[in-house]
Amino acid sequence: MDMNRRQFFKVCSAGIGGSSIAALGFSVKPALAEARNFKLARTTETRNTCPYCSVGCGIIMYSLGDKSKNVKAEIIHIEGDPDHPVNRGTLCPKGAGLMGFIHSENRLKHPEYRAPGSKEWKRISWDEAFGKIAKLMKDDRDKNFVAKTDDGLTVNRWLTTGFLAASASSNESGYITHKVVRSMGMLVFDNQARV
Amino acid sequence: MGLQTLDLKQRSATTTPSPQAKSNVTEVAKLIDVSKCIGCKACQVACSEWNDLKEEIGFNHGTYDNPRDLTENSWTVMRFSEVEMKEGEEARLEWLIRKDGCMHCADPGCLKACPAPGAIVQYANGIVDFNQESCIGCGNCITGCPFNVPRISQKDSKAYKCSLCSDRVSVGLEPACVKTCPTGAISFGSKEDMTDLAEERVVDLVERGYKTAGLYDPKGVGGTHVMYVLKHADQPMLYAGLPADPSVAFSVELWKGGLKPLALLGMGAAMLGGLLHYLKVGPNDADAEEKEKEAS
Repeated sequence: MDMNRRQFFKVCSAGIGGSSIAALGFSVKPALAEARNFKLARTTETRNTCPYCSVGCGIIMYSLGDKSKNVKAEIIHIEGDPDHPVNRGTLCPKGAGLMGFIHSENRLKHPEYRAPGSKEWKRISWDEAFGKIAKLMKDDRDKNFVAKTDDGLTVNRWLTTGFLAASASSNESGYITHKVVRSMGMLVFDNQARV
Repeated sequence: MGLQTLDLKQRSATTTPSPQAKSNVTEVAKLIDVSKCIGCKACQVACSEWNDLKEEIGFNHGTYDNPRDLTENSWTVMRFSEVEMKEGEEARLEWLIRKDGCMHCADPGCLKACPAPGAIVQYANGIVDFNQESCIGCGNCITGCPFNVPRISQKDSKAYKCSLCSDRVSVGLEPACVKTCPTGAISFGSKEDMTDLAEERVVDLVERGYKTAGLYDPKGVGGTHVMYVLKHADQPMLYAGLPADPSVAFSVELWKGGLKPLALLGMGAAMLGGLLHYLKVGPNDADAEEKEKEAS
């Protein structure tokens, strides 16, 4: 840009004048401030239980959209449930970070099977998984079930298979789990209810 | 333009006054009871979840501090200090944990130091908020802050810090860190209620043997809207260098408080002088000589 000395001075003085006017309060653009929009305004709230430990804190999952037919819900935020008697809105760092768990690339979403000696995990159907589990349990139980000890005492126990149950179960599901496991004579039975 | 604009108390680098009529807004405060904190960092996680921040995976520096310092992605961090407290002959090890972050000063040094109009605002409820849209990334807010809180992002050269979840508070919710705190070490409410709560806690701590327990609400910055209950309120420095008597830096006060009005007065006088000169003497026709030469 060509500019002689005189024009240069004109531009400079206009700049200084302009900024002086702004500094004196005649601002070109009003300085507005606006609090960020509340990001959960019309999200769908769904109550659930934190899946980590056996404290079983109540959580609220906030998802995009209002469950309309054409909307695919996506969880965008999770917070403690203030109405839940266990945690009354609070969450530990693990619970507070549940979003990472939900959207994790490593999250297991379906049953997988790794054959003995194989390195590969293969996706299988739930039917296939349950069938496999039932068959393996039955085979092992048939082989190793102890009805009576050597000295003739009736024990009806099955020691070669264990059962690991969930942490955040209700009393009812805990009762049912117990009945199923014990009715088969299984003694090794644990869950996470030991906090 | 949001309704919050009406509830502004101060704006950075703006000489026109903010709307002042709504003076009866309740001041809010966050009270952090250091004696109840277990350092679980749920507040850090809740903060990043709410504000959609993601800190890079860092390194272990031999302490529990993680990340090691506040960053543009970590607006609050737990600072762990191991301190030997002398009790007569015996020395007792104490593990002091302090949740660091913006204190939301009533007299905010960052806002005073900021040269970008509207980049830093103070709401009538006491929250000091950064508006990144207007931030020019000069870093003056860091110089102005007595608590060394704001951080400039390498990505966009804009300053970031805790907003006391102004977006939550503006719809009547508590900040995310307050809600999540499992031990109840962080409370939120009106500044008055939080001061009362702190008094109760101090009485309890004194009864339990912490004779110097007290509330940290430093007067040097006009009081803060994030306050601490400290077991050793006589030595706040023990808590990872919490300043005992913070105040806005003298240079900032001088530059923005004393010299700025003088400078503005000077500018006004220069403009008025120019106008008067123009009216009385008229414009200076600098090309007159050349024209005369050409004519002759």
